[in-house]
Amino acid sequence: MHVVDTDLAIIGGGGAGLRAAIAAAEADPGLHIALVSKVVPMRSHTVAAEGGSAGVITDKDTLDLHFKDTVSGGDWLCDQDAVDYFVAHCTEEMVQLEHWGCPWSRKPDGDTNVRNFGGMSTARTWFAADKTGFHILHTLFQTSLKYPSIRRFDEYFAVDLVVEDGSCQGLVAIEIATGEFVQIRAKAVVIATGGAGRVYRQNTNAGTVTGDGMGMAYRHGVPLRDMEFVQYHPTALPGSGILITEGCRGEGGYLVNKDGYRYLQDYNLGPVVSEPTPKTMELGPRDRLSQAFWYEEQAGRTVDTPLGHAVHLELMHLGRAKLHERLPMIYELAQTFLGVDPAEQPIPVCPAVHYTMGGIGADARTATALPGLYACGECSSVGIHGANRLGSNSLAELCVFGRVAGEEAARFAREAKSSDSAALTKVADAIERGALGLLAREDGVDRIATLRDAMGDTMEEGVGIFRSAEGMQASCERIAELKDRYRRVHLDDRTRSFNTEWLTAIELGFQLDVAEAMAWSALKREESRGAHKRLDQFDKRDDQRFLQHTLAFHRPDGPPRLDYQPVTITRLPPAERVYGGAAKKGVLETQGAKA
Amino acid sequence: MSDARQEIEIEVLRYHPEQDKNPRYQTYRVPFAHDTSVLQGLQYIKDHLDGSLTFRWSCRMAICGSCGKMVNGEPKLSCHTFLRDYYPGKLRVEPLWHFPIIRDLAVDQTDFLEKLENIKPYIIRDEKKPVSEGVYRQSPKELARYQQFSQCINCLLCYAACPQYGLDSDFQGPGIMALLHRYNSDSRDQGKDQRMPIVHAEDGVWSCTLVGYCSEVCPKHVDPAAAVNRNKVNSTMDYFLRFLSPRGANS
Repeated sequence: MHVVDTDLAIIGGGGAGLRAAIAAAEADPGLHIALVSKVVPMRSHTVAAEGGSAGVITDKDTLDLHFKDTVSGGDWLCDQDAVDYFVAHCTEEMVQLEHWGCPWSRKPDGDTNVRNFGGMSTARTWFAADKTGFHILHTLFQTSLKYPSIRRFDEYFAVDLVVEDGSCQGLVAIEIATGEFVQIRAKAVVIATGGAGRVYRQNTNAGTVTGDGMGMAYRHGVPLRDMEFVQYHPTALPGSGILITEGCRGEGGYLVNKDGYRYLQDYNLGPVVSEPTPKTMELGPRDRLSQAFWYEEQAGRTVDTPLGHAVHLELMHLGRAKLHERLPMIYELAQTFLGVDPAEQPIPVCPAVHYTMGGIGADARTATALPGLYACGECSSVGIHGANRLGSNSLAELCVFGRVAGEEAARFAREAKSSDSAALTKVADAIERGALGLLAREDGVDRIATLRDAMGDTMEEGVGIFRSAEGMQASCERIAELKDRYRRVHLDDRTRSFNTEWLTAIELGFQLDVAEAMAWSALKREESRGAHKRLDQFDKRDDQRFLQHTLAFHRPDGPPRLDYQPVTITRLPPAERVYGGAAKKGVLETQGAKA
Repeated sequence: MSDARQEIEIEVLRYHPEQDKNPRYQTYRVPFAHDTSVLQGLQYIKDHLDGSLTFRWSCRMAICGSCGKMVNGEPKLSCHTFLRDYYPGKLRVEPLWHFPIIRDLAVDQTDFLEKLENIKPYIIRDEKKPVSEGVYRQSPKELARYQQFSQCINCLLCYAACPQYGLDSDFQGPGIMALLHRYNSDSRDQGKDQRMPIVHAEDGVWSCTLVGYCSEVCPKHVDPAAAVNRNKVNSTMDYFLRFLSPRGANS
């Protein structure tokens, strides 16, 4: 097997991985950095983020408000020390992106502009029209080309971590074009592989979002934390799941049911307002809005489309000119994919899986339980999102914690000692044999698509917007059955060069493990909090028993072992989450106290 | 893929480096509905008919730039192109022209990535401003000067459309010229002098023969042909200015 020696390896070339690579290169220009990605970096899913990225900047805003919005938005499951660090460093990251060339939307005076976003008590979302993720990703990618110490391994598929002598010392990857294996030896590894939304059938995520990094870390004994918290974005296109940004509502869009009624007023999100108003109506948090959709659907008040039930997102009153300036991509997506002109007609939308709040358990400095292994971005759980992430906190997260991961891993790499190379090669060879086993299998039965779709369906049914013990139990059993059938997955293609069927099979293995962690973590959380909403007797938040993180530990034969970890609460004691009129009162009180 | 009633024939170019001497074509019958994209058609084949068919895709919403293919001889994003528009005729899907084929519909993008690195596609400053001093001012008018060229998703459709690049791949090509122009036109950038030699060079703007097909096929309305032509003006200006300004003479 070909061997590459480097100091630091980063798996994943999206926003978090690129930010980590740049931070490491700046921290120590002598460090050799390998950036390993299964796609060319600018294809990564960061590219699809639309609405914007949080950072306190206006006179009306304070770090304390951003902190409180995030902690209450996360239904108090956030680690408050991590949130404090996060909010204190968002803005400098947005400025840094500006210095690197990000084309932020501007005010007439040339200053950068901000917009309102769901669950945020004032405008603090920096945006580049409605292509913020695209511009952040391209800015980071193009800026990364400045640093000669960053060596890219584009279209190299990471198969597994090399763990020896109790620490992570690199990885094994497949060069996709040739199907050849390469062992990348490193003194530290950062996982930045993004989320796992593709374990669900209807989702807003790119095809690459398959939880690879989560699966790898999990199999090496690193716990996956808070995996039951899966965010449904309330506004995606029915059928395809294509994302229609929250920015639409930040700019003043309305959600109406089939009677043209702004139904959110019936779900403690009123009073009805005509202008975008923080934490009110359409600017409530994503979990509440997705749950409200579900009730409307149960009551038969949704619209029937050929692709399923929907409500209407009205943007007509914003006018064509504003849509072109602020929401050009949404305008085009609606026209191309639906034949709808949003200046004339409403866009049918419904909830779709969007984001994994949980992930690889890491501390507020991105270190995991495995020495030498760090995690940042959506694949990680550093503790800032709790039970429900606020929109525009994740682009900020990948910058803030991408930088931390790059710096921390660089520091570790400088001090770490490598194991004997023969021992590392032995581990790498075993990984290669395992992956080749999939190609050699003669007795394959199920096609990949059969298992993948069955997984997506059962996660949707049992571990969706609303959950019950019965449904979650059924999903746990179904996933176990699918894992068993996965042992006999059928491949048409047994060749090596650019065999994407083979890679998809490896991804499916990761997905099934991640899905299992989600389903069991959900079943055992006997309360309702944030995005984990139960319809059985556990329909209330239970701080007595569950103000704690779920830790799922992998077991090779059987469901995960679950454990729990206290939530770090420093200065905001648990309280009721309130939005709409009630929240406005809270904001006024906070501002009053400040004044 | 809801409500599928009709079937369409998709003919796909196949080439496997371990097995084939030359490319060949293979035809599949695919069910489709009004909203089925060409990409979804290919995914149907891979999922249900032939797992060996190889193509790139990712976001399926026309922003990641992965899924460009030739569809009946035209460069298209396959997620953004719909089977209904070809029915009842059939559809021929091929890899993007002017690039080496790795396998089936996947082409080698290395040439583009190397060219991208060469143009220094990042903000260059004589002196770095500390982050603590806040953002640079940039008026909406200044933003508008380069905004259009910053929309390039690197999908390479313009390269498949460019006859000049087809003849000589040393030509920088439309996408690269658009990105170069994007940084040169950014009020925050001071690196124009470092990039202009690429514009002047024989394989820079002057190789463009003004066909304009690149702008026609661009799914993001970047209009790379306009960038190339503005660079012709810039290149000419630079040529004359070098006789006037000492700075130009050194570049």
